[in-house]
Amino acid sequence: MNAVLELHDVHKLFGDNHVLKGVDLEIATHEVVVLIGASGSGKSTLMRTINLIERVDDGRIVLSGDDITDPAADVDKVRARIGVVFQHFNLFPHMKVIDNVTLAARKVHGMDPAEAKAKGVDLLTRFGLGDKVDEYPDRLSGGQQQRVAIVRAILTDPELLLLDEITSALDPMLVGEVLDLVRSLKDQGSTILMATHEMSFARSVADRVVFMHQGRILEQGPPEEIFGSPREAATQEFLARVTHR
Amino acid sequence: MTTDGAAATAWQPSELELERREFRRRASGRSVLVALVSTVLFAVVAGTLVLTSPGWESVQQAFFNPEIAWESLPKILEGLWLNIQVLFFATIGVAIIGTLLAVMRSLRGPVFFPLRAIATGYTDLFRGLPVLIVLYLVGFGIPALNPTTRFPAALLGTIGIMLCYSAYVAEVLRAGMEAVHPSQRVAARSLGLSHAQTLRLVVIPQGLRKVIPALMNDFVSMQKDVGLISVLGAVDAIRAAQIVQASTYNFTPYVVAGLLFVALSFPMIRLTDHISAKMAAREQIGGTV
Repeated sequence: MNAVLELHDVHKLFGDNHVLKGVDLEIATHEVVVLIGASGSGKSTLMRTINLIERVDDGRIVLSGDDITDPAADVDKVRARIGVVFQHFNLFPHMKVIDNVTLAARKVHGMDPAEAKAKGVDLLTRFGLGDKVDEYPDRLSGGQQQRVAIVRAILTDPELLLLDEITSALDPMLVGEVLDLVRSLKDQGSTILMATHEMSFARSVADRVVFMHQGRILEQGPPEEIFGSPREAATQEFLARVTHR
Repeated sequence: MTTDGAAATAWQPSELELERREFRRRASGRSVLVALVSTVLFAVVAGTLVLTSPGWESVQQAFFNPEIAWESLPKILEGLWLNIQVLFFATIGVAIIGTLLAVMRSLRGPVFFPLRAIATGYTDLFRGLPVLIVLYLVGFGIPALNPTTRFPAALLGTIGIMLCYSAYVAEVLRAGMEAVHPSQRVAARSLGLSHAQTLRLVVIPQGLRKVIPALMNDFVSMQKDVGLISVLGAVDAIRAAQIVQASTYNFTPYVVAGLLFVALSFPMIRLTDHISAKMAAREQIGGTV
């Protein structure tokens, strides 16, 4: 079994609002899957159900063979296996960069503090943040903060990385540095599910592009196929809008 | 052709989802049962400890005498009505003085230094002074200034309470106003609103919303502190209880007055909890973390 994540007929309702209407998706090890679609198409909700922030109303989500939607599953243990990066970074402002990135390793995974710190410094240095180790997040630029947030998510070697529109709150000048980092994560073999509006990045980095429309996966395939010759009318319309801005 | 609405109603939960719901229902049933059993057990243990203690009978006589409680009730209720009146007027006074002080302390510019200094000195002084001492100073000091005029004790008590609590409320309001992000002021001033308009239309409405739970907490605290006016001789609930106690040598009236104060504050406490929970829910945008 080499699927890291399997979604089987996932439904989510907010009151009468049927946000996810039966989503099936499978992500293999080392695969980078990019979710595209208009605002409100269910991308973020889908990510939040995988991280168990939202409880699914039907269907199953399986992480490396374990049914994480089983009500008996330990939510904290599941979340510890998944790395998440948010649109607005969500760094802890009262902690230094190094304490932000090692928090989960120390407090959740029981890693030795010295070891966690060494790993944190190593990762931060590798991603060009070696001189920011002892800074507080509010002294950093948006791009630097987001790179710190990515280091925080990957320090515990999660099985799956969820990136939810991680460049949407950034200055266009700073988007590149964050995307370069994501590209190097892909080269290291991370399994990534990301939602983004950066179509050219999706095209160059994705193994598979998934187009969501009104709570369903309407079309998916290799980037050349989705961007080059989309089959569905809704996909064509969406791509025409986002690329002709 | 089916619309989205029709599709949504056509969807039925699967076997799996129904099983999960059943599992959760059983799990919550179990936790309710555990809570129930542990509560009963705790009550039994605590009750046995009190009821079997050697002095229980005399304590029951002195503090929980039902006859004396019933006899003293009308007088204490009459006293409580005075407390409620004092509370009503004090609340209005505190709201006005507290807001003025908060605004005074947040005024910018060297011209306003005296106002800022007065407000700062006032809040420093009255937050530090014990309520009881303020009541004595106001209650016996003001009449001494005008020996020929007679001031009702309840009025003097209301002034004393107002002086103390407006200092607290001013600080809470100021904290709320400062918690409004500076970008909001910048946006308001950029539209051409004056400093005063910015405060009144943008800053205070947002700041107030942030500190509603803290303000309600101060209100609950004030609700019981109006009982302190009894030291000035105003016949409020506590004074009425003291009068009965003096003639019966029994402390039950105090317990009755205490319970009435609790009953008075209870709706407000629940309302505070309710509003806090609602605000928390709105900030969390759904999600169960």
